Amino acid sequence: MLRALELRKDFGGLTALHPTSIDFHPGEVHALMGENGAGKSTLMKIIAGLYRPDGGQVEWRERPAEFASPHDALVAGIAMIHQELMPIPDLTVAENITLGREPCSAFGRIDRPAQLLRAKELLGELESDIGPTRLMRTLTVAQTQVVEIAKALGRQADVILMDEPTAALSDHEVAALFRAIARLKARGVAIVYTTHKMDEVFRLADRISVLRDGRLVGTAPASELNPAKLITMMVGRELADVFPVRHSPSNEVLLEVAGLTREPAYRDISFQVRRGEVLALAGLMGAGRTEVVSAIYGLQPASSGQIRLNGSPLAIRNPQDALAAGIGMVTEDRKGLGLIPALGVGQNITLSALRDLSRGPLVDHTAEASAADSQMSEFAVKAKSPSQPIAQLSGGNQQKALLARCLLGAPELIILDEPTRGIDIGAKAEIYTLIQKLARAGKGILLVSSELPEVLSLAHRIVVLRRGSVSATLDAGSTDQETVLRHAMPL
Amino acid sequence: MLTLDRNLLHRFGLLLVILIVGLALSVLTDTFLSVANFTNVARQISINGILAVGVTFVLLTAGVDLSLGSVVALSGVACATFAHPGDHSVFVPIAVGLLTGAACGLVNGVLVTRGGVAPFIVTLGMMTIARGLALILSGGRPVADMSNELTALAGDLFGIPIPVLCFAGVAVAAWFFLRNFRLGRHIYAVGGNENAARAAGVSVERVKLFAYTLCGLLTGLAGVVLAARITTGQPNAGQAYELDAIAAVVIGGTSLAGGVGTITGTLLGVLLIGVINNGLDLMGVSSYYQAVIKGVIIVGAVWLDRRQARS
Repeated sequence: MLRALELRKDFGGLTALHPTSIDFHPGEVHALMGENGAGKSTLMKIIAGLYRPDGGQVEWRERPAEFASPHDALVAGIAMIHQELMPIPDLTVAENITLGREPCSAFGRIDRPAQLLRAKELLGELESDIGPTRLMRTLTVAQTQVVEIAKALGRQADVILMDEPTAALSDHEVAALFRAIARLKARGVAIVYTTHKMDEVFRLADRISVLRDGRLVGTAPASELNPAKLITMMVGRELADVFPVRHSPSNEVLLEVAGLTREPAYRDISFQVRRGEVLALAGLMGAGRTEVVSAIYGLQPASSGQIRLNGSPLAIRNPQDALAAGIGMVTEDRKGLGLIPALGVGQNITLSALRDLSRGPLVDHTAEASAADSQMSEFAVKAKSPSQPIAQLSGGNQQKALLARCLLGAPELIILDEPTRGIDIGAKAEIYTLIQKLARAGKGILLVSSELPEVLSLAHRIVVLRRGSVSATLDAGSTDQETVLRHAMPL
Repeated sequence: MLTLDRNLLHRFGLLLVILIVGLALSVLTDTFLSVANFTNVARQISINGILAVGVTFVLLTAGVDLSLGSVVALSGVACATFAHPGDHSVFVPIAVGLLTGAACGLVNGVLVTRGGVAPFIVTLGMMTIARGLALILSGGRPVADMSNELTALAGDLFGIPIPVLCFAGVAVAAWFFLRNFRLGRHIYAVGGNENAARAAGVSVERVKLFAYTLCGLLTGLAGVVLAARITTGQPNAGQAYELDAIAAVVIGGTSLAGGVGTITGTLLGVLLIGVINNGLDLMGVSSYYQAVIKGVIIVGAVWLDRRQARS
C-alpha cells in the first residue's frame, strides 16, 4: 500500500539516506531499526512530507505521491508521531488533540462539547485518564506523549509513523499503547515503528528493516530474527581501516571524576582518564553522556560530585573556569554552541585564546593573524581566507576550525562530544589521526560518540552509560560492539 | 570575503544615497550647499550621533536600549542642577551628567544579565523611570540659570562646534575600541551566538553589562551637550531620541539580531538622517509631513538594504 522507492536524502553534501526501498503493508507493524543517525527518522520524515527527497519517490496506493508538506501527507492518510514532541503548551489537551480538525457547528464556531467528547474517546483508546480540559503545559512528558499519540490516532490515518513513541512512557502506558496498536492493526492500518528497546520490537513487529549509515541492511519477518542477529545487523562489520594505531597510555591519572550527580540526567558517575588515554563515553541518545561532559566543562555544572585534575580538586562553574584549569571541549552542537557564524574563520579559531594573543586589553593583530594561520594549516581548515565567515565553510572544515579553537589554548584534557557527527569520511579520518596524536603527546581525551566502530577503535577504555548511570566500564581491546550495545540498551 | 564585499557595497550604496540626496537638495534649495549650512548639519547631528554610537554597542550584543531619550533628559537635568554659576567647578556638572547616564545604563545591564529580563522590557521600564526622575528632580520645570562655563560647551573650539568635536571623538574611540580591544571582539561574539561565546569562555554577562553601561555613559554625554546647547536642563527634552538613534544604526547596516555592524556604518546612517532632516527644514516642509517622510525613508532604506542582502 505504501512503498518507498529508491528514496535518497542529502544534507549539505552529506548523504543521510542512500537510495532505499521498503514496502509497508496494511495491518502490519513494520519496525525500523538502527543506531542513532542510521537514517530511520529521515526516512519517516520523507514519507510524512516533512522532508523532500533528493531522489526516488514515495508510492502511495500504487501511485507516485508528492507530499509537499505534512498537511498533504495527512490529507492522504499518513500521520506521524514525532520523536521530538511538539505540543502547543497553552492550549488544552482537547484542543491539541483535535488541532486542525476541530469539530465545528454553523459559521465555523468550534463545537466545544463535541471536541471534548472526541478527545475523551481517543484518550480512552489509550486507556488514559488525562483530563481533556487541562492545559498541555501542566502535563508530564509521558502524558504529553500519550496526547500526541491520541492526536495521531484521531487522524483516522491509514498509515501511522511512530518515531520512538515509548521513549518517555511507563510500562503501564506502553502496554496500553500496544493494545491500541493491536486494534489499529485489526482495522488494517499500517504502522511504521522505531525504537531502541529490543523487547518492544519482538513483542510488536511483524517485519523488521535494519538501517545502518543511511543504507538498508535488510528486511526480514520478525519471526526469523532474534536480538543477537538484529544487533549484528545494526552494528555491521566493516570500517576500522581508517583508524590509526593506538598507543598505550601512561599510568598517571589526569582527570578523576567521582560521584558526579545531577538528577534526573545522571547520577553517581565516576571514572578516571590517564595521560595519553582516550576514554570513551558510550550509550544511547538520552543516556546522559553529553550532560556528564558538559558538567566537566562547566556548561551545566553538576549538583554534587568531585572533579580532580592532576590530583587537585576543581570547582568549575563555567567554561572560563574549565579553560583556565586546562580543560577544553568541542561541543556536540556545532551550530548552537560552537560557531559564531558571522565572524571569520580566523577570529572563530582565536576566540578562546584571545587573552594570550593580546597586549593588555588590546588584541595583538599580528600575533592573532599568525596564530590563526598556523592553526588553519595545521588542522587543514580549507577556507578562502581567515576572514571568510565560518558559516560559509563545509561541516568538516567548521569542525576542524572548532578543534583548532579548542587546542589553541593547549588544554591538558580534551573533551570531544560527537566530533565526527555529520562530516565526511575524509575529515573523519583526519580527526581520528589528530586524536591519536594528542594522546601520544600525553593529553587526556574524553570522547563521546554514538558510532561504535569509532569508539572501539579509538578508545582505550569505554564507560557505558545507561539512563544516567554507569552500566559498565569495558576495555576496548577485549570487547565488541554487541557487548557495548547490550550494556547500553535499556532492557 | 563575500561579507566584506557586501559591507563595502553597503557602505558605498549608503554613501551614494547620501550624495544623491545632497545633490538633490543643492538643486532644490540655494541654502544647502554652504559651509554655514554644513556646520549647521554637523551641529544638529552630533547629539543623535553620540547616541547612535552608544546604542550600536548594545545592538551589536543583540540587545536594545529604548531609554535613550529619557536618560538624555535626566542627565541634562542632573547636570543643570549642579551647574548654577559659582556653585561648583564646571567639571562637577559634567561628571554628574555622565555618571547619571552611566548609572541608568548599569541598571539596565544588571537587569538584563542578572535578572534575565528581556532588554526591550528593561529599557522600556527605564524609559519611563528616567523620565519620571527627571520631572521629580526638576519639579517639572526647566532647570535654568546655568553657568557660562557649561553653556560654553555648545560653542566653538578652533572654529569647530564643541558638540561636533565630542561626536567625532566618541566615534573615533568607538571605532578603535571595537577594532582593537578584546572586549570589542567579545561584543561581536556575544551578539553573533551568545551560547557559543559562553562555551568558548567569553564572560557573556560582563560583556553585556559593559555595553549597556557604555551606552548609558554616552547618553549622559548627549544629555550634557544638549543641556549646554539649550542652556537649561529640560525634563521634557529628548522625546523619541532613541528612535532616530536606532534608525541610524540600523540604516548603517547593524543587524538587530546582533553580531554584525560597524561604527562607520552608523556614522553614515546618522549622516543620512541628518541631511534629510536638514533638507526638509530648508525646503520648508511642515514638521507633520517631515515625520511621515522620515519614517518612509527609514523603512525604505532598510528594506532596500535587506533585499539586496538576500539576493
